[in-house]
This record gives sequence, structure tokens and C-alpha cells, in this order.
Amino acid sequence: MAYDYEKSIRPGKLPHIWCPGCGHGIAMKGLIRAMDTCGLDKNNTAIVSGIGCASRLPGYMDYCTLHTAHGRAAAFATGVKMAKPEMNVIVMGGDGDGTAIGGNHFIHACRRNIDMTYVIFNNFIYGMTGGQFSPCTPTGDKASTTPYGNPDPIFDISKLAIGAGATFVARTTAFHATQIDKLIAEGIKHKGMSVIEVLDDCPTTYGRRNKFRSVVDMMKRLKEIAVPVAAASKMTAEQLEGKVLTGVLYKEDKPEYCEQYAKVIAKAQGRAV
Amino acid sequence: MAKKVALLQGNEVCAHAAVYAGAQFFGGYPITPSTEVAEVLSVELPKVGGKFIQMEDEIAAMASVIGASLTGAKSITATSGPGVSLKQELIGYACIAEIPCVIVNVMRGGPSTGMPTGPGQSDVQQARWGTHGDHAAIALAPSSCQEIFSETVRAFNLAEKYRMPVQVLYDEIVGHMRERIEFPEPGELEVIDRAKPTVAPEQYKPYDTSFGDVPPLAAFGSEYRFHVTGLNKAQDGFPTTKAELVDDEQRRQIRKVENETARADIEKNEEYLTEDAEIIVFAYGSIARSARYAVNELRKEGIKAGLFRPITLWPFPEKRVAALAKQAKAIVVAEMNLGQMVHEVERVSKGACTIAGVFRVDGEPINPGQIMDKVKEVR
Repeated sequence: MAYDYEKSIRPGKLPHIWCPGCGHGIAMKGLIRAMDTCGLDKNNTAIVSGIGCASRLPGYMDYCTLHTAHGRAAAFATGVKMAKPEMNVIVMGGDGDGTAIGGNHFIHACRRNIDMTYVIFNNFIYGMTGGQFSPCTPTGDKASTTPYGNPDPIFDISKLAIGAGATFVARTTAFHATQIDKLIAEGIKHKGMSVIEVLDDCPTTYGRRNKFRSVVDMMKRLKEIAVPVAAASKMTAEQLEGKVLTGVLYKEDKPEYCEQYAKVIAKAQGRAV
Repeated sequence: MAKKVALLQGNEVCAHAAVYAGAQFFGGYPITPSTEVAEVLSVELPKVGGKFIQMEDEIAAMASVIGASLTGAKSITATSGPGVSLKQELIGYACIAEIPCVIVNVMRGGPSTGMPTGPGQSDVQQARWGTHGDHAAIALAPSSCQEIFSETVRAFNLAEKYRMPVQVLYDEIVGHMRERIEFPEPGELEVIDRAKPTVAPEQYKPYDTSFGDVPPLAAFGSEYRFHVTGLNKAQDGFPTTKAELVDDEQRRQIRKVENETARADIEKNEEYLTEDAEIIVFAYGSIARSARYAVNELRKEGIKAGLFRPITLWPFPEKRVAALAKQAKAIVVAEMNLGQMVHEVERVSKGACTIAGVFRVDGEPINPGQIMDKVKEVR
């Protein structure tokens, strides 16, 4: 029997705003399956986003949903989680939202190791505003504001998350659709800050400018660059040139922020910690 | 039983008042001259099971406060002018999404870094207009430590009642001044909690005007599921660009504060010897203390001076100031800026009397002599 996505979607809120061929729909289906697999109570789960194409997702989802300001999702979500630690908090958004204007909030949420699951839909571009380069647009590529090719080096979001202190970091792509839900589900179950980066595609504002003839070509590209971490260990540096590692990249058990703060409360109230 | 009394600094009083009002969450960022509010709340909030978090920046602090408030927790942040400049983005969010919260601004000089340890009153227009787009504003300006207590509690009450951000604005002088304060007993000051929805969860709309201009706000994590956005939205909370829906919502969000009943509820002034006054001194915050002294001295000299002190700065006490302008020969506005509230006084006076200003931005308070000189000049 086909999987029932509709039970997670608000009646009457589709169609979504995304263009034909956009990878966000694939990523959203992965998120839906993951949240379902984990049995998250809709009333007790918040989905928090920023601004951008990806950040429109919460409006479609039948949970407690918070569409915040550009880049601020992690900071809003921190307030939700701190005030009500019993809630499950999913943060999501795009690469520009999360790592440019929201970069400070992102790294500090990682540093605190607060129990949230941050899913970043990385399509290498600012799609909603028409295709300006983001911190993840590959160097040399064309965007509406890099007409001569992008001079900027990129952020590796997963490395950034690991460096900043997130305790579960994973990456996959929209091509590897069946891996998306598994990694997100693992992130949800992980106690602490988990970051799942989903590489996907924007045919409208990125693909067209960068000689991708079709969405299929973009998907093929995602397939080609992805190397599972286990396979990568047997490959040379030369073979790994231009590739991205996929799968669980980092996992560690460390004290979680709300649990640490519960100890602060106990101390303040003179109770044993 | 005798009341608990203490010798406390204004900022410390503010923190204790927040706890009295039922605050459960503080998100902040260190900034002079407001930091003691955060420091005291980091001690006091966990004692009552509340949460204190020092965020990575001022914007994040404001974001965390809005997020926490959405779960039903009364939430507060404290900062100074430069911090409010950064928070403006999300003050607008709290306005349009109608999320109750309290923002304390302990005012210093400016613009930019200005004089961090010196007093100022140059954020009063920022408190009114500081965020893009049309929006209503409530700002309260206490002038003593005891009043910081009552006005901080009132700020929470108004935030909860009108479902919006409320600013407590006091200058560094009041924030760092130490005075004797009497702690109100529990129940002595009114404490208001936001209206909760009474409809069935499937019928709940977060901006349902069938409940009036301030629709009930459900909490995240309750049986109500809903969507919150900073986009213009319809009554169900989902984005819309339909002209009439956008217009209705925008106008309602201003009307909820500026209708006559709400104004009567929110506005609060102190008047001293204004009944027969020919010259009105208009002053607020710490400067109202100089003004009161000046009025007493002027009366000794036979000059009929009186003091009008707005405790609620926004919405502006339009009717009362207009009436005083008709009664008086002149209104002297004394403020620690280069003329901000004076524009409001001029606007509502409509030329009915002379308006003069005593302005100071050198980090020193306006002293009574300066006010007396100006009164004598315009008399």
C-alpha cells in the first residue's frame, strides 16, 4: 500500500509553492516519513523555519508550526525548546537562511547541544529572491549576482555543524530519497543538536545558469558527487576530489542543554543535582 | 505583617517585578546599562522554575523570547538602545504575529555606541516607530525604583492583555539609582494572564476577530495546533495577499491599542499642580524628578507652574495634553535628547499655546535650574 503522506499535511494547504523539479518536495516527504516513524505527537511537536523557499514547508505540515524571520529559526526554536523541553522541535530551512544570515544562530545552537533536529535543504542558491549566490554556491558557478562566476569559497555545512559542536551530523541528497527519512529519524532520536543536510536541486535559478540541461541531469550530479562514508575510507584523496560524504558523519553523546539547565534549576532551588 | 523592604537599584527592581508578574523566561544579551536585569533574573528565574538564557546576540535574544512566549511562558528581555536597534526586526514580528512579550530598554546616549554609561532619553521615538511597517506601540516610562516595579508588572499585564510587545523605557539614571522599595504582597498588584481559547481545537483560529480585536492565543504544546508567520495573514494564521484581508488585519492591530477604551486602559499620567497652572512642564523618567523640584521652586516665586508626567509614553496622551495646551500659556518639554516627545506635544497642541524645549545630550541630567530658566523665559 502506498505511504499515506496526507495524514501529516494540513487539509487544503497544497499545492506547495515549489517549482516543478525542485528537490524540496523529495526532502519534505523524507521529513514526513521520519517524523511519522518516530511517532511524534503532532500537538507536542513544533516545526520552526526561517525565510526562503524551503522555509515555507511548515505551513503545509499539520503540527505546531512557526515560520519566523530570515535566518532566525534556530533562535526562535531555542526559546520554544527551553520554555517547553518536553516538546519535540524540528528546525528547517535553506542554506542561505541557515548559514549566511542565520549562521550565528546556527553555530550557537550547535554549541549548546540543545535537543533539536535541524534539517537544512541545501540547494546551493537563494531561490526565492531569484538565484543570488549563497555561502554554498560552488566557487566558479553562476548566480544572478555572480555573472562572471562565483569568487567565494563555500561553507561545508556538515563540517561547520561538527566544528560548532552538534552531536549528530548527517548528509544525504534528494537523489538518495530513501536515506533522507532514515537519517532524519536517527537525528530525531538522538538526544542533543542534530543536523541533517539534504543536498537538493534548484532547476529554476541554479540549474539553468549552470548548464544543467534538465532536472534529471541535476539529480545525476547529486548521485555522482555523493560518496557514503564507508566507501570513502577506501578511496584516495584524488578519488575524493569534488565528492561529498554522505551518511552519518558524526555522532557523540554529550550533555544536552535543557538537561543541563534542569540542573541549574535544581541548584537554585536547593535540591540535589 | 510589615512589608518586605529593600534598598535596591532600578534594574534589580525590574528583575524582581518580572518574577512577581509571573515571568517564566528571559532571553538576553549583555549590554550596559541594563545588564543587572539579566544578572538578577539569572539568579531568580530558576528559583521559580523559570528559564534564563544568554543568547548569542540581541536578535537571537528577541527571537528566543517570542519562541518561549508561544509556548505560553511570560517572557522578557532587557537591553539598551543599540540592542533595541537590533531587535527591531523581531519587534515587528511580535507585532504582526501578536506574541506577548516585554522589552526593557535602559536608555543611554546615542546614536550607535554613544555613551554606554551615560543616561539618555533618545530612544523614545525608537520605542514608537522602531521596526518597519505600520504597527501600534505601548511604552511605559517609570521614574522611580518603586515605579519600575509597578510599571514592569503593568508591562506584562498589557502585553498579555493586548497580545503584543510592550516596552519598559527608563533612562540609566533610574536604572542605576538606589531607592527604598516596598515589595507588594502577592495579589496586591493585579497580574493578568493572556486569554486562552475556549473553542474546540479544530475550530481554533489564532486571529479570530469574532472574539474581538484581541483574539485568544493558544500555546504551542497544548491541544491546539496552529501556524504562526511574519507574513500578512488571514484570521486562520495562514499567509494571504488578499487586499481586504491584509487591510483588515493591519488596521485591527493598530485599533486594538488606539481605540478609546484601550487608550483609557493603557494611558497613565501623573499631574502635579496642573489645575491652575499657566506653565506646564512636560517631563518623564528621571527628568520628571528635576521638573517636580523646579515646579515647587517656581511656585515659591509665585509662578503658576505644574508638572505633567506621562507614565505611558505610547500611546501618547493626546486628549489630556491637548486640553492642557488650551489651559496653559506654555508647555515646556524637558527631555534628555534633542527634542523627541516635544514633536508629539506640538502635534496635539495644534498651536494652542507656546511650546518650548529644554534638551540635553551631554550625558548629564537636566537640572531644575535649567527648567526654571526656560519657564521664566516663556512666561
